[in-house]
Amino acid sequence: MSIQTASPIDEASVVNLSKSLNEPTWLTELRKQGLQAASTLELPRLEKTRIDRWKLDAYGSYQAAELVASVSVLPEKARSFLEEDKEYDNLIVQRNSTAIYKTISEDLSKQGVIYTDLASALKDHSGLIQQYFMKAVHMDENKLTALHAALWNGGVFLYVPAGVRIKAPLQSIFLTDDINSTFAPHILIIAEANSSVTYVDNYTSNDLTGNLVHNGVVEVFAKQGSHVQFASVHSMDRNVIDLCYRRAIVDNDARIDWIIGEMNDGEVLSDTTSILKGKGSSSDAKVICVGTGDQKMNITTRAVHHGMHTSSDMITRAVLRDSATAIINGITKIEKGATYSDGQQTERVLMLSPTARGDANPLLLIDEDEVKAGHAASVGQVNAEQIHYLMSRGISLEKAMKLIIYGFLAPVVAEIPIAAVEQQLRTVAERKLGQ
Amino acid sequence: MSESPKFIIEGLKATIDGKEILKGINLELKGGEIHAVMGPNGTGKSTLASSLMGHPKYEVTEGTATIDGQDLLDMGVDERAQAGLFLAMQYPSEITGVTNADFMRSAINARREEGNEISLIKFIRQMEKKMGELEMDPQFLHRYLNEGFSGGEKKRNEILQMMMLEPRVVILDEIDSGLDIDALKIVAAGVNAMRSEDRTFLIITHYQRLLDYVKPDFVHVMMQGRIVKSGGPELALRLEADGYDWIKEELGIVDETVVHEEAFKMPMNTKAPQY
Repeated sequence: MSIQTASPIDEASVVNLSKSLNEPTWLTELRKQGLQAASTLELPRLEKTRIDRWKLDAYGSYQAAELVASVSVLPEKARSFLEEDKEYDNLIVQRNSTAIYKTISEDLSKQGVIYTDLASALKDHSGLIQQYFMKAVHMDENKLTALHAALWNGGVFLYVPAGVRIKAPLQSIFLTDDINSTFAPHILIIAEANSSVTYVDNYTSNDLTGNLVHNGVVEVFAKQGSHVQFASVHSMDRNVIDLCYRRAIVDNDARIDWIIGEMNDGEVLSDTTSILKGKGSSSDAKVICVGTGDQKMNITTRAVHHGMHTSSDMITRAVLRDSATAIINGITKIEKGATYSDGQQTERVLMLSPTARGDANPLLLIDEDEVKAGHAASVGQVNAEQIHYLMSRGISLEKAMKLIIYGFLAPVVAEIPIAAVEQQLRTVAERKLGQ
Repeated sequence: MSESPKFIIEGLKATIDGKEILKGINLELKGGEIHAVMGPNGTGKSTLASSLMGHPKYEVTEGTATIDGQDLLDMGVDERAQAGLFLAMQYPSEITGVTNADFMRSAINARREEGNEISLIKFIRQMEKKMGELEMDPQFLHRYLNEGFSGGEKKRNEILQMMMLEPRVVILDEIDSGLDIDALKIVAAGVNAMRSEDRTFLIITHYQRLLDYVKPDFVHVMMQGRIVKSGGPELALRLEADGYDWIKEELGIVDETVVHEEAFKMPMNTKAPQY
């Protein structure tokens, strides 16, 4: 297993790059370890998905780029995620391997908020980052996480000090448009006690001329009483294999909300996990996915209850066209000692084509007695009764289908906290659904 | 289209899964008239309603149905609605994610030319006015279509749609079932308010109750997939007083039903083996 996807990168180049970027020694060492681990670890085992058959060696290499003064240099596709005619107060744009644009409002800076790309944050906050980096998602979990540790670049560092409550969403955009550039951002969010923040990002691609792997990791640390709302829309083209591990560690009475739109055209491994470590912590995950062409997706949401009185809710909805395949996994794990916890999950797959394939795999793993847990899963086609009902009011078949499909996705789309991103998600979904 | 509507059903036969349920229905409805079709359960009343609307489960094998001379059976379901037919369903679908407002606006705009869509403000005003008449909570506008509605709320929502769409031919399929007396009165008032020379009603029910509030001009009794007796409002009163048995006797009918709902069969292995 380890041979066929042997790292395309050699140790010397990883170490030299790290040194040339003046990275702290701990990180150079960590990258080296990651690369070593990648050569021995296996790929993750995914339910009904032969990830070993994916072309997982197209990583490119690190390409340096300069910061730009204005977002106007970005391709239209990337700019469409931005609100028009607006000062971009809190925005980070990564193009290929590095951040090319970043702003943070004076107001937030004054309050001690850090919002910058993770690569440059190392200069001033190395110690802080070291405490958290690859501590939610571990390097030695599998070959992909190990490779990420070795190769990650750019990324986002968001630090919200205790008690600071940020109302307006912070946004970032990740654009890949060069297959020779490694594209592996690492998002690190630390929300200190009783803080709150909303973060939204978009992954998009433009004019790619061949295959590329996006190997991304998101780590969220929600400290006591904090609330983190994390929204992400991925809409990269057929050339990109999107591998993404998102994980939050949630302390006492803290909360994480995930809103994820999987709108890529290529293969997808998406794993979104909430670790409810603290007493009274809670999580909510809403994922929508539109599959088209012959793409294959494996999408997992997971909630792990450790603390007492923890609660989780997960909803995944997928619409599949053409010969798309989506394996949707929902895993609720309630550990011994997590008494009075409540874990709920729903997975629904709507198939628009006889050659599409969808699987909903709900899993409840309960090691404690005094808990509540529930799941609902369904895989089906558009309900003929519903179509008939709408048509009986004079609505055409085409329009009726559209209403029902968008209605199916609506519970997630409506939750997107930035209007432009919500609109973009609708547009991307509309394009993919090609109604 | 301002002329009084004419809805004519001739020799209508329909099957479900190859089994003939309607065995030749003849009815003629004119603008301003209210016809009631009554009959015990399982005699084909709802099949008549669903076949006319074009439900995919039912196949019309013979006969015609026309609105103002247009062949209804030749049209798609949406075209039938556009031609002026409206069916208030016995079991309206629940559709998650589609709000009542989105749904109704789509239905209204489907009747209008592109570029001439109803303005949002005008639409909301109209909806709120009609909802007021039906004593519906304005919140229903933003709720998902029929999702989590009680039986009575669903029926009111059907009447609301009728009021908004102003159809020429209205079929009410068991609109009174599941309604308490107050809700029944509200629904009846809604129907009466819509009574006009430009509209005709076919009310399907097996209780006289609704007809106390909506006075029919004609009453038809259905048995074995046919209209077996027709008369005026006095026929409904007789049915209320004496039931259906006298008709069966008069016509020599033993089993009036034609639709046999799958009876629940008690599994035979509920007891543990004795040995």
